[in-house]
Amino acid sequence: MASPFDELKFRDPERARALSGALAREVEAAGRTISLMHVCGSHEQAIARFGLRAAFPRNLDVIMGPGCPVCVTDTPEVDEAVALAAQGARVCTYGDMLRLPGNSKSLADAQSDGGNVEVVYSVSQAVDLARQRPAEQVVFFASGFETTAVATAAVLLSGVPENFSVLSAHKYVPAAMDVVSEMKETNIEGFIAAGHAATITGWGIFEPFAARTRTPVVVAGFEPLDVLAAVLELVRLVRARRPEVMNCYPRCVSKEGNGPALEKLWKVFDVVGGNWRGIARVPRGNLELRSEWDHVNARRRFRIDTAAVGGASRNVLAEHCICGTIMSGLAKPSDCTLFGKECRPDAPVGACMVSSEGSCKIWHVYGGPPDLREVA
Amino acid sequence: MCLGVPGKVLSISDDGMSAQVDFFGVQKELRLDIVDVPVTVGDYVLNHVGFAIRRIPPEEVGETLALFDQILKEAAAGDLMAEDVRGEMAAGKGGGESGRG
Repeated sequence: MASPFDELKFRDPERARALSGALAREVEAAGRTISLMHVCGSHEQAIARFGLRAAFPRNLDVIMGPGCPVCVTDTPEVDEAVALAAQGARVCTYGDMLRLPGNSKSLADAQSDGGNVEVVYSVSQAVDLARQRPAEQVVFFASGFETTAVATAAVLLSGVPENFSVLSAHKYVPAAMDVVSEMKETNIEGFIAAGHAATITGWGIFEPFAARTRTPVVVAGFEPLDVLAAVLELVRLVRARRPEVMNCYPRCVSKEGNGPALEKLWKVFDVVGGNWRGIARVPRGNLELRSEWDHVNARRRFRIDTAAVGGASRNVLAEHCICGTIMSGLAKPSDCTLFGKECRPDAPVGACMVSSEGSCKIWHVYGGPPDLREVA
Repeated sequence: MCLGVPGKVLSISDDGMSAQVDFFGVQKELRLDIVDVPVTVGDYVLNHVGFAIRRIPPEEVGETLALFDQILKEAAAGDLMAEDVRGEMAAGKGGGESGRG
């Protein structure tokens, strides 16, 4: 019997070439440039890592939108976490959040100022810390899209110690797709939705969006062939003017999603309007704890004094950062004058250079679009 | 954070709330509160931030494992996808690291 590791059928170069050829013919037949957007850092990683832009025809733009939950966490949200650390709370958060710039400080700065800041891989670890340190206030600074918010909801539902609370920066992706699709200048004709996030929400969640905005959505996996096949199907839907939702990742995603998980999510969280860094105010874009959970909501439990940590210093470099324009699909990382120069993964100016899911960091690590096709 | 990482269920706690899961030789305890269907020993699950979020249907286990094994094998230091995969693997409790199998 073959080892499971031999089953790399989603990498077969023959099938990749066939898909790439079919894609070229579809786009050429359209006779114009087609712009598609994906909303997932892992998709950008897959596209950049496997050099898929070299397999896309010249008249096809596949742009990364607001698909990095860390990148869209707004400055005042970071300030709240920094303020809580300065006020003596132990702030736990996922690793990518540590160096995300606030108004004048990141959580890493708060840590060097003597604040208690801990990186955790799971919200459960933050709860354990609270149990081990009953005399301290432990605040989990929660980031991530709805898939990750389900985990936060689950720990709250299963009971947490009194000294544990949540500062939610969870975001809701479908709401941001609405905002981007309404930006006329982006001219996005189709969306690629993230496979594993849809594992929880199900692909049915995109149906109202597709119908309302007349924009097709294809759910895709993360293998090179998954991405190529999804892009091809999406171009076909665009050309046929069929604003439908297609599931190109049936091995992980169903229409209904994970019902019990969704039930937990909406028991604890509600959608509220919020600012997404650099992009816009996104109606229904933030996931905030429902009022029944005020007792574990750090925003209700503490008087958070962000003025004390905001500082008046003007960050001149940050004024040149175009992360928001990049995440709206209006510019590429390489269009930024700071990219790879003043702004690097070891010294990030903007949010997109901080996270492994940020488009600037991904392009910095793997290179941006290949130039090969330009000379062909 | 978009990637869930597959692992094999080795044992399930008496209260049914958590499972010991093997991820390419690294053992971790995952919570089972949000998995879509009940799991048993020998099943494969997708892990996201220390929680099993999906039982992987048996016919899909091979290709799912192959993807992640390849990412980890090919990945040079600093590869972002491999970094995210390792982050997810670290998300469970405990850590009987027996090396990559």
